[in-house]
Amino acid sequence: MLVLLIAHLAAALVAPTLVRRLGLRAFYLLALVPASGLGWAVSRTAAMRDGGAVTEVYPWAGQVGAELALRMTSLSWLMVLLVGGVGALALVYCARYFTAGEPGLARFAGVFVGFAGAMLGLVVSDNLIVLYVFWELTTVFSYLLIGHDPASRASRLAALQALIVTTVGGLAMLVGIIMLGEHAGSYQWSVVQDALPTGGYLVAAVILLLLGAMSKSAIFPFSFWLPAAMAAPTPVSAYLHAAAMVKAGVFLLGLLGPALAGAAPWRPLVLAGGLVTMVLGGWTALRQHDLKLLLAYGTVSQLGLLAVALGAGFRDAALAGAMMLLAHAMFKAALFFVVGIIDHSAGTRDLRELSGLRRSLPSVWLVAVLAALSMAGVPPLAGFVGKEAIFDAFRGGGWWKWAVLAGVVAGSALTVAYTLRFLWGAFSDKHGVAPRTVHNVSWPFLTPPALLAVAGLLAGLSSPALNDLLAGYADTYSGAADYHLAVWHGFTPALALSILALGAGAAIFAMTARTTRWRRLRLPFTGADGYERTTGLLGRAAVEVTGATQRGSLPVYLGTILVMLVLLGGGALLAGPPLVGGFRLWDDPLQLIPAAALTVAAVFAVRARRRLAAVVLVGVTGYATAMLFVLHGAPDLALTQLLVETCTMVMFVLVLRRLPGHFAVRPLVSSRPLRVAIGLAVGAVVSGLAYAATTGRQAVAISTAFGEPAVSFGGGSNIVNVILVDIRAWDTMGEISVLVVAAIGVASLVSGGSRRLLRGGRRTPLPTPPRGEVWLMAGHTLDAGLRSPILEVITRLVFHTIVLFSVYLLFAGHNAPGGGFAGGLAVGLALVLRYLAGGRHELNVAAPVDAGVVMGTGLFIALGTGLAALVAGGEFLQSTLLDWHLPVLGHVHFVTSTIFDVGVYLVVIGVVLNILRSLGAEIDRHDRTERAEPARREEELV
Amino acid sequence: MSTNLLLVIVVGVLFAAGVTLLLERSLTRVILGITMLGNGVNVLILLGGAYGGPPIVGVTPEPGMSDPLTQAMILTAIVITLGMTAFLLAMAYRSWLLTGHDDVQDDVEDRRIMERAERDQGLEDQDSPPVTAAGPDNSDQAGQR
Repeated sequence: MLVLLIAHLAAALVAPTLVRRLGLRAFYLLALVPASGLGWAVSRTAAMRDGGAVTEVYPWAGQVGAELALRMTSLSWLMVLLVGGVGALALVYCARYFTAGEPGLARFAGVFVGFAGAMLGLVVSDNLIVLYVFWELTTVFSYLLIGHDPASRASRLAALQALIVTTVGGLAMLVGIIMLGEHAGSYQWSVVQDALPTGGYLVAAVILLLLGAMSKSAIFPFSFWLPAAMAAPTPVSAYLHAAAMVKAGVFLLGLLGPALAGAAPWRPLVLAGGLVTMVLGGWTALRQHDLKLLLAYGTVSQLGLLAVALGAGFRDAALAGAMMLLAHAMFKAALFFVVGIIDHSAGTRDLRELSGLRRSLPSVWLVAVLAALSMAGVPPLAGFVGKEAIFDAFRGGGWWKWAVLAGVVAGSALTVAYTLRFLWGAFSDKHGVAPRTVHNVSWPFLTPPALLAVAGLLAGLSSPALNDLLAGYADTYSGAADYHLAVWHGFTPALALSILALGAGAAIFAMTARTTRWRRLRLPFTGADGYERTTGLLGRAAVEVTGATQRGSLPVYLGTILVMLVLLGGGALLAGPPLVGGFRLWDDPLQLIPAAALTVAAVFAVRARRRLAAVVLVGVTGYATAMLFVLHGAPDLALTQLLVETCTMVMFVLVLRRLPGHFAVRPLVSSRPLRVAIGLAVGAVVSGLAYAATTGRQAVAISTAFGEPAVSFGGGSNIVNVILVDIRAWDTMGEISVLVVAAIGVASLVSGGSRRLLRGGRRTPLPTPPRGEVWLMAGHTLDAGLRSPILEVITRLVFHTIVLFSVYLLFAGHNAPGGGFAGGLAVGLALVLRYLAGGRHELNVAAPVDAGVVMGTGLFIALGTGLAALVAGGEFLQSTLLDWHLPVLGHVHFVTSTIFDVGVYLVVIGVVLNILRSLGAEIDRHDRTERAEPARREEELV
Repeated sequence: MSTNLLLVIVVGVLFAAGVTLLLERSLTRVILGITMLGNGVNVLILLGGAYGGPPIVGVTPEPGMSDPLTQAMILTAIVITLGMTAFLLAMAYRSWLLTGHDDVQDDVEDRRIMERAERDQGLEDQDSPPVTAAGPDNSDQAGQR
């Protein structure tokens, strides 16, 4: 069985390619896959006698109690026959139904085969969780099949409706499955059915399971999705109505019935739902003008009958239901195929426009009559055998059986009536309607329905043989096993009822054909109304909730988050245990000076109206923070903070020169006190949390033990640097990668995606410098008014010194404050100086390389160090101490992690260079082009 | 453990100022707010480590060292903040290029949904109301006409 499932999956995957290669012929090839399922089931026929079973178990998701337990019993054998047989015929039919150029055909083929596979898996799975998985797979595939034409609104809505209705039912069913499975301690149905719960628990589980089965099988009040689903292509409708999808629901009823039919809610729900569906479906079918829609309501009606028979919960009804299941699959698929042929040949499915088809399409007419007679229940066809068995099963024994019998006979009469309407509508000569001109039907197109119709005849004639096979299922019910399927039982009450149904049906058809007044008779409400009201309400609720919470304003969102921080954090502080541990005012009285400066600058930064002033004031807080770092005993931090703060200020200034000097006067002024209040509250809460966290600390810091290993293993006495390049080198690796990403982002945001920026440098030719001595090579490229001789001189004097100093920082960093970050930032600042003094051309002279190359080299070196350690047999980024005696330099002590730091150094230089090129040089260029030609600005951006 | 009250206050000041700026509409102010919040978080982490001399073996005797681990973390954070600030500035610049100002705009889609809610409309009004693709009524009405 698993092989079959895998074959379906594989075929579904290759189907699109096959269809693209071979065109419509690929469908013949694909039909072999479901056909193999049919063949396999036929070959196992012998095992099905006397309630035998074929079982396979494979381990799968054991954590959720789902193992791939496959089990074919009599009922699932019947379903495998139908799924495989009708599936294969539908695929053969597809080859003629579609034209080669049909859009989405490749996808359709794959989905169809997948659908067949999911249905096969559903009927053979013994594990309820696995069954549910296949159940939902059929839902998803049917969604794709019904929505085959995505351009059609009706098709999209029908697909969505089918998906929602069956998924809601499916979820209810899943809950029911879990309730039963958890109680039994297993999800294997063959185990679960012997370990059922009792009382209200069982009632709830049964109701939930029935919701799933009834929604899938379009039982009232869920009937509405199935007729809408006929928006699908006809082969899909045939398969969906006859063997797959809706049959899953009645199959589930049949599967669960032997164990659960005795539960309190089962019979009332199934029988009432089934009967109402049967009568209403038949009545509505009589009103239809579209042949396909007529058949669709016919299916609804028949599903009601099947639910009654398979869900009644005793042996004879189950036997009759299984026979009816078989008969229905054959005649309904055949009739759908016939409608497809008529649609193709005559160009319409509207029975008011069809006339004279009996004479022009005699072979189709013959097939249709044979199938339709089975539907109406005329001997000796399969439909008759099934229906008579049902009549007989409900004859006698309690008032409810009589009531069901009356309903079933009435429903059957309606079935006869709409069958006649179908034949009359499709094939008869009508007054005042010109006979349709039709083109002929090729035999491959007609073969699938013809085969099915003949199979219906054969199944009826050979019903005694079928009896032995289907009884294997029916006998799982206790009770007398006296009824046998046969065409002829003699003159029995059931035969009389059959004749009564036929006669009444003919009378109803004759009456409805004459007048239209009866059509006003209908239910005051339908399931579709309920569906629309529910989805409408959901939509309204979604809009209201979204409208109330998604205000679209960033400050409101941030404010909400921050207020929550205040409430939760502050609440935790107040509700938590009292704070332990004391405080000291400061560690060093000198800390007061930067702290005071920081506070003042922060207050003024918030109040500043000018952009530049705000930037400078925030810069002051940054420098004050650096001072606090120094006074806390963190020279590395202070150094990096100073360099970064300077870099940040330069970046701000570079961007802000293009923005208006003052902040806009906004309509937000009124909310200013609120914003300040939130700010103060957050500040107070965070201070409180900081106090609580630091005073509450019990453990000794892990880093107190870092000192000795830093020297002996890391080879450096600056512990912070050893942490960065050795102990936590992975973090640093990640960090420099993030930096590179951010730098690339900056470049693309400013340049609008052009690649010119990153490769900057060499491409732009430098204007020829004037003769004589110059301080800076490109100084003359700036306007005379922008040049500053003093800055040029200073730049010339200090640039190389800074670069040299940065190299010192880099290599000394392992033992003294410094390191790759600080060194790289120092070089960056030197470049900033060159740019400020001499403009973008000067920057290109100073750094005649692509920023991308520098960053890439840096990343490469850093990564290479790590990989080299890996190659040498160590761990990624592990460092090694090397000691050499060189002739001139003497003793050289070297740690491999220094090379890693060189990588960091290069990455930082590349990042700063990139930022300078983007925020500096590129914005210069925008500025210049805009001044020269304002209209071109838009082009520049695109 | 006792804590440094002055630094606790500094954290509060940086957070208060940072949050106030963060809630503004002007992207420049938002970025400045984020910078200050970044510094505030850094000082907060610093508070988690012990006070002492520079954590360099040979310079400070080991019992008197400040905590090097928190410092390494902060150092990483400082450099990342630089990259992030650059990125945000580039965004502010682009916003200015495209719209002529650097204010944070309201989300247009959210506004539309709010207006929808105020008009008491459901989702289905977005296009025409949903219909059952082919209900029993369609053909019937057609038949009577």
